[in-house]
Amino acid sequence: MDATQTKDIYTEEFLINMGPQHPSTHGVLSLELTLDGETIVECTPHIGYLHRSMEKIAENRTYTQFIPFTDRLDYVASMNNNLGYVMVVEKLLKLEISERAKYIRVIIAELNRIASHLIAIGTFAQDLGAFATPLFYCFREREKIVEIFDQLCGNRLTYNYMRIGGVLTDFSRDIEEKIKKFIKYMRPKVDDYDWLLTYNAIFLARSKHIGVLSKEMAVNYSITGPNLRASGVKWDLRKDEPYLAYDKFEFDVPVGKNGDAWDRYKVRIEEIRQSLRIIEQAIEALPQGDVAVKVGRIHKPSPSETYFRTENPRGELGFYIVSDDSVYPYRLKIRSPSFSNLAVLPELVRGLKVADIVCVLGSFDILMGEIDR
Amino acid sequence: MRPDEISAAIRAKFPQVKEEAGTNYIIVPKESILEVSEYIKNPPLSFDNLHCITGIDRKEKIEVIYTLYSIGEHYGVTIKINLTSEDLNIASVSAIWKSANWLEREVYDLFGVIFSGHPDLRRILNPYDWQGYPLRKDYSNPQLIAKPRL
Repeated sequence: MDATQTKDIYTEEFLINMGPQHPSTHGVLSLELTLDGETIVECTPHIGYLHRSMEKIAENRTYTQFIPFTDRLDYVASMNNNLGYVMVVEKLLKLEISERAKYIRVIIAELNRIASHLIAIGTFAQDLGAFATPLFYCFREREKIVEIFDQLCGNRLTYNYMRIGGVLTDFSRDIEEKIKKFIKYMRPKVDDYDWLLTYNAIFLARSKHIGVLSKEMAVNYSITGPNLRASGVKWDLRKDEPYLAYDKFEFDVPVGKNGDAWDRYKVRIEEIRQSLRIIEQAIEALPQGDVAVKVGRIHKPSPSETYFRTENPRGELGFYIVSDDSVYPYRLKIRSPSFSNLAVLPELVRGLKVADIVCVLGSFDILMGEIDR
Repeated sequence: MRPDEISAAIRAKFPQVKEEAGTNYIIVPKESILEVSEYIKNPPLSFDNLHCITGIDRKEKIEVIYTLYSIGEHYGVTIKINLTSEDLNIASVSAIWKSANWLEREVYDLFGVIFSGHPDLRRILNPYDWQGYPLRKDYSNPQLIAKPRL
């Protein structure tokens, strides 16, 4: 075929639907892709398949009754969601909690962060074709955390552990020992991931320079959490607006350089190490005392409104809460991190191949439960 | 800058802007949202991060609330706009902050606020053919479960 012939070749754009039932869309997400050959011309996400009208439900439940619903937002980091919600109610009620409860909350939140990042790493590797092995390794480690939570509150996925004014149960000596043992167990495992996955040639080839998110774009799209830090913005609420007892611990905020899929993965690996550091310091310095302030189950805050955000594994989870003169919230807005993180996807995948969309989506670690609410 | 200083700086530039009593929330008339947004996006205030947009149905009016932060300067501001139920039109800020695109779609979906100038104003959480705006206080649906008795 010479040059004059190739001019006449013309390919027609076509439309395919990826999802809502697709193993790599991490839940019921539907992507409408316009393709030119295998190149993506346009990508339109359709969300809402998991919409359960959480915000409307909140207006019809008392403040305490809504805690178990927050478990179902980001269901792989339920503890962090519980934490964000009870803290906004405590801010509304101007309730001060005990030191021991603060430390326990920090330990639990960081353990759940590790569990959540393990799922993110495992599924990301699986999306890139590292079939089963990394996922099984990650789930083996996550199981230890889930066992601790199971012993603590009797649940393995939706914990419902945080309470307005403290936490449900105190640590037993057995649980403290288990957490200490877990830190010792986990450290070499993270190093294992490094030589298995992080610097693996195939893994690097699949994820380096794919889905590059610049600093300005990340801030403009209100990307938060590890995805923002991977773009080189050193912003972590645990450091920049410390809540609970985070200002008492030493830890670093890992940042990426290029903002590509590999950086987003690498930041999560480093965050596991930093979380282990925080847990180690907190469990050593765990103060004595009560774990919950004695407040009733029915709360009646005076009319006001407030906003509070916490650093979740996926980004900043914010609650905007409005109270009136009743025992129900007048309005509860859930600002979920994955919602904003997903909004940038169409910009990033334009011009990439279909196989790369799986890589970009996997590196963002979205979760449909909190996007659709 | 403290919240009261930020509020004072914006009010010095735009005399039509008010401060909510008891808080440092800023109440902007809906006609001036675009010029206020342009001003606070750029230095000296540089609110580069539009974190959250939400609505509240106060029965006699609908409030639209913008939560903004500055990553570099470590401060935040909350802007409120009051809309009467007769006129729910407001200018879209999605050209200034990209994150506004989906956040405004959500407020449209749940409250029926029309953001004029929005590139793609469709429902986002509810099905595209859904009737009514679920988070309004007068919304009724036979499947809604009543408040628990205490």
